[in-house]
Amino acid sequence: MIAIYNITKTYAGSTVLNIEELEIPKGDSFGLVGNNGAGKTTLFSALLDLIKPTTGYIENNGIVVSDSEEWKSSTSAFIDESFLIGYLTAEEYFYFIGELRGQNKADVDALLTEFEDFFHGEILGQKKYLRDLSKGNQKKAGIVAALIGNPEVIILDEPFANLDPTTQIRLKKIIKELAADPNVTVLVSSHDLMHITEVCERIVVLDKGEVVKDLITSEETLKELEAHFNK
Amino acid sequence: MFKHFISLQWKSFWRSASLSSGLWMKIFMGFWAVWFVLMMMGSSFIAYKYIEKELFLNPLEVVNKFLIYWFVLDLVFRYALQKMPVINIKPLLILPFNKNKIVSFAIGKTALSFFNIIHGFFFIPFSMLLVASGDAPLLNVLLWNIGLIALIYGNNFLNILVNNKGYLVYIVSGIIIILGGLHYFGYFDITQYTAPFFQGLYDSKFLVLLPVLIMIALFVITFRSFRKDLYLDSGLASKSKNVKTENLEWLDRFGKTAVFLKNDIKLIKRNKRARSTVIVSILFLFYGLLFFTGAVKVYDGPVWRIFAGIFVSGGFLMSFGQFVPSWDSSYYPLMMSQNIRYREYLSSKWWLMVIATLASTILASGYLYYGLEVYLAVLVGAIYNMGVNSHVVLWAGAYVKTPIDLTSNKKAFGDKQAFNMKTLMLSLPKLALPMVLYAIGHYAYSPYAGYVLVGVAGIAGFAFRNIVFNKIEQIYRTEKYKTIWAYKQKK
Repeated sequence: MIAIYNITKTYAGSTVLNIEELEIPKGDSFGLVGNNGAGKTTLFSALLDLIKPTTGYIENNGIVVSDSEEWKSSTSAFIDESFLIGYLTAEEYFYFIGELRGQNKADVDALLTEFEDFFHGEILGQKKYLRDLSKGNQKKAGIVAALIGNPEVIILDEPFANLDPTTQIRLKKIIKELAADPNVTVLVSSHDLMHITEVCERIVVLDKGEVVKDLITSEETLKELEAHFNK
Repeated sequence: MFKHFISLQWKSFWRSASLSSGLWMKIFMGFWAVWFVLMMMGSSFIAYKYIEKELFLNPLEVVNKFLIYWFVLDLVFRYALQKMPVINIKPLLILPFNKNKIVSFAIGKTALSFFNIIHGFFFIPFSMLLVASGDAPLLNVLLWNIGLIALIYGNNFLNILVNNKGYLVYIVSGIIIILGGLHYFGYFDITQYTAPFFQGLYDSKFLVLLPVLIMIALFVITFRSFRKDLYLDSGLASKSKNVKTENLEWLDRFGKTAVFLKNDIKLIKRNKRARSTVIVSILFLFYGLLFFTGAVKVYDGPVWRIFAGIFVSGGFLMSFGQFVPSWDSSYYPLMMSQNIRYREYLSSKWWLMVIATLASTILASGYLYYGLEVYLAVLVGAIYNMGVNSHVVLWAGAYVKTPIDLTSNKKAFGDKQAFNMKTLMLSLPKLALPMVLYAIGHYAYSPYAGYVLVGVAGIAGFAFRNIVFNKIEQIYRTEKYKTIWAYKQKK
């Protein structure tokens, strides 16, 4: 479970994040939407202890993220290309992440075979370093790397951006499968309201750093979101 | 239209994260620039006076004889160090700029480079001395200078050309090596042909046209090649070649550290910038020649032996170690969100440095030619490097928050942000301490006592490994958010 208490983040006087209380129970599939600058990436970065909130704290599985690193073995993320190691091939990158997360080569290989469809033959055996892959293919590699080592919390920032339609559909399937596991909490942000209502059971709308809507996904959610953003 | 370019450049310079980082760095940059200028001017005076008063030769003739080497060295330095004129060209392509304008600005920008101006600080005082001596007519000296300026700018354009066209590197360096080799072995002395040419610049009124024409030709060729490649899929494209996945399983014997060690080896093998540390360490292998052959008089003191010993064995250690953890800057958020044991991460870098120091020490066994005592200096230097410097360098590196662009080789030497007070203070024990220790032993008892003192200090350094590693871990932890932020700032 993830719990956020009184988080604010202020840069030179302007507050970019201000959340009083937010709880994400274990097994949830949690969607985050908001316009640019709403604080989505800031929130995810704070969850991963990559930025220090000005006030407040975040608990991941009962551990305060900025005090201990115990949460790291059960949490994984793909935020942006700074989560990729450009000079490795995709295989090397997966094995490296695997080793960091206590998985041997066979474990990683077994996991990778599940994603052959998703890779669409463009990731493995490419004779290219990650830095030379296209943006979309880099993203595919990063997303799959975030699934290595049976993480219990998976954070994906804008996973649908840059992906082709086929891959988007496959990714939705993957996220839904993950969400079906009661032990896995998935956090996804997106600009695409359709996608996010399809894969998330709960959707939070951020606006200028504050939670303005907190919805349990239903038939009407998409309409409600569209109405909100069409103001 | 040039106004736009210049304001873009101006902003990109002053708003870069590295420059706004601190006053100290600016002072340091200024200090080095002034230092080089003074060195050039000083050597100009000294060279003139020395040739005239000590060698009883005509300074102009002697300088003309060596000018060819001057220009070759200039080209080599430029190739290694000069930044290429890449203004952010891509976003400009579709704007209503004339392409010729973009190219001429990009190339023209290099004309103001430090690499061109620095020559002036040698040749202008030298020319003034020539004219002041009364034997040299002003006009001839001027013509000579114009010829040299043309050749310097010729080098400037040639360098841009060579940087853009990979194969030219091999051609140009091939020519230089062959001519140098022929000269060294006494078959063919190029200076016999070039000296009269440079002399001719001074003597004749028309020979100056030749270098000017060469310069213009090089400019036109560079311009055309630049202009032609101004497409996303040619000159501006990033090159990629077929690569193989490597497992490096033999490294698994290093246990947990192997995870990082494998990565670090790939880092060095596959990135231009990281590879240059290996080249530096090879250059430093030869650095000792200056000391042990007595080539440079100032370095003859016995204490300098230790200085040389430290550098000969520690080139890689210093050039690689000072940028830990910046080598991993481009994916630092990934590292920080994984469950990484800092200790294993650090010891991987430490092992790399130790292995490289050992390898350098073995390669340096050639110094046995100059006597056992000389090689002993390298040996104790290596012990000190492994025991003390490897830790100090990692410690100092923890304060350096320069993001490294792995794929680019420019600025590889003396990265300006690497200087701050803390790293400066920490560089003292790297060099000064062993020299002091040796001096105590040498002057109090014997050279061997000096070696023993330095060696013992090195071995004692291993005992502090845990303390230093803990300290570095602590720095990594407390500075984590700042470091992540700093690495996000692209130069």
